[in-house]
Amino acid sequence: MPVLDATLPRRILSTPTAGPLAALVLACVFFSLQSDQFLTGGNFSLIIQQVMVVGTLAIGQTLIILTAGIDLSNGAIMAFGGIVMTKLAVDHGMPPLLAIAAGLAVCAGFGLINGLLVMKISLPPFIVTLGMLNVAFALTHIYSQDQTVTDLPPAMTFLGQTFTVGGTNVTYGSLLTILLFLLFAYLLGQTAWGRHVYALGNSPEVARLTGIRTGRLIVGVYTLAGLVYGIAALLLVSRTGVGDPQAGQTDNLDSITAVVLGGTSLFGGRGTMLGTLIGALIVGVFRNGLQLMGVPSIYQTLITGILVILAVTVDQLSRRRNR
Amino acid sequence: MTPVLQARGLVKRYGHVTALDGADFDLMPGEVLAVIGDNGAGKSTLIKALTGALQPDEGEIQLDGSPVRFRGPLEARRHGIETVYQDLAVAASLDIATNMFLGREVRKPGPLGKVFRLLDKKRMREESARHMADLKIGLGSLTQPVESLSGGQRQGVAVARAVAWAKHVVVMDEPTAALGVKESGQVLDMIRRVRDSGTPVVLISHNMPHVFEIADRIHIQRLGRRVAQIKPGDYSMAQVVAIMTGALQVADGKAVVADQGAAEAIGLS
Repeated sequence: MPVLDATLPRRILSTPTAGPLAALVLACVFFSLQSDQFLTGGNFSLIIQQVMVVGTLAIGQTLIILTAGIDLSNGAIMAFGGIVMTKLAVDHGMPPLLAIAAGLAVCAGFGLINGLLVMKISLPPFIVTLGMLNVAFALTHIYSQDQTVTDLPPAMTFLGQTFTVGGTNVTYGSLLTILLFLLFAYLLGQTAWGRHVYALGNSPEVARLTGIRTGRLIVGVYTLAGLVYGIAALLLVSRTGVGDPQAGQTDNLDSITAVVLGGTSLFGGRGTMLGTLIGALIVGVFRNGLQLMGVPSIYQTLITGILVILAVTVDQLSRRRNR
Repeated sequence: MTPVLQARGLVKRYGHVTALDGADFDLMPGEVLAVIGDNGAGKSTLIKALTGALQPDEGEIQLDGSPVRFRGPLEARRHGIETVYQDLAVAASLDIATNMFLGREVRKPGPLGKVFRLLDKKRMREESARHMADLKIGLGSLTQPVESLSGGQRQGVAVARAVAWAKHVVVMDEPTAALGVKESGQVLDMIRRVRDSGTPVVLISHNMPHVFEIADRIHIQRLGRRVAQIKPGDYSMAQVVAIMTGALQVADGKAVVADQGAAEAIGLS
């Protein structure tokens, strides 16, 4: 029996990132026609800086959504992680690297608790993370006493510093974000662990019956996502230069937006990490481009909302066609 | 001859409901054994107990004459028992090769695999193609997601995976339930090929014509127990249905009318 390959154009069309990528390219073409400042290295460096925190949160969000879960708590966990690492370093004199490690551990710990609640008590991820959103939010304000932490040691703001590539200043944080995306794209696409995450999102029962340890996998995904939120906390701290208890309050929804715009299905089991990077960039490009055109920021929010609904509609329609 | 897979006195209770009430089971080498029974007779529970998907409260299972205890589906699979579950066979968005190797992925040799955990996708595709060809399952690309296949092709993937890994037994739960006539025929052909290659098959089915067409022996389950083991040629379909429903009983290899009214109602006796 000959094993036929789909023709190349069909394969490109059926690639899940094709739609988001086309949208991104079209948006870039549109905005470069509208503004001379859009298509410059400096502007793109700025766009990446603007999306790196939400983009990094969206990495963890993608992992969780692929398992057919959702995480409403990631922005709040990140805010708490940021307060923990800055306060430990500034108020308690902990060595900065140790304080950063503690912040990462706290975020991973929140992820672990989310994962255990989802797995052991089989609570819906929506409810678990909604609760955790409030817990982390409250702890952030209690622990920080609503005070912004300033005078950070240089190690904590290092990622906000820049290096120069071909005349364009790029922050180390942007580089780290891109590397994280590549790392997780690799883990999802090229390792057995990644295959198992997709299988779990398709059907936990199928995954279990094929011998995948689904409980361990779920807890692992949430914990790993928590660790990534910790990295997002460090990026946030390095970008703003302070530990801010008010940070990240809408970032949970923004990260979901990036994931959905990237073509990942909210029903789980379908989507890619590179799609999420594209999704985050779409949000960044629209915000930036509309800003350059002088469109008030509330219209940027309006357009982002419409884009999300469009993306979800496309996802639904393509699923229906596949059935 | 030692049965490949044997169970004695399996009991499984769910609260006040007794799903298995001292069930026995024997699968002989190289045969297709059909397991039939009315709804609620305990077929699924029996099969789940035999494949590690649940743990019986009492009773003993033997594989090749030695007692075994499966704490999960993975352990049963390690002992060479592969199961094709009804509706729960494949992960829809993943491709054929990935499904064939799900839970048993092959990594690249050397540090790429050991350190970087890199999957050997090419090798998995090649081996999948070979297994599919062995069972004469024709498919397009092995990289297309399983959800784009027809029901029969999906079942084909699930069967091919089970056969590829089964060293001892293949268990199939209603493999033709969701399929059309032609596709059912293809699955039955596949089952024959599996048996002819030497692997015994346990087939759970509601479809009497399919059972009579393919089974070497029939295990009839009723009220949580095995009430008869017969050869299809020795009884008519109507008699088998009567045994299933309790109208006939089998004693010393002969059918005895247990419920005169019920037996007359279906035209026996």
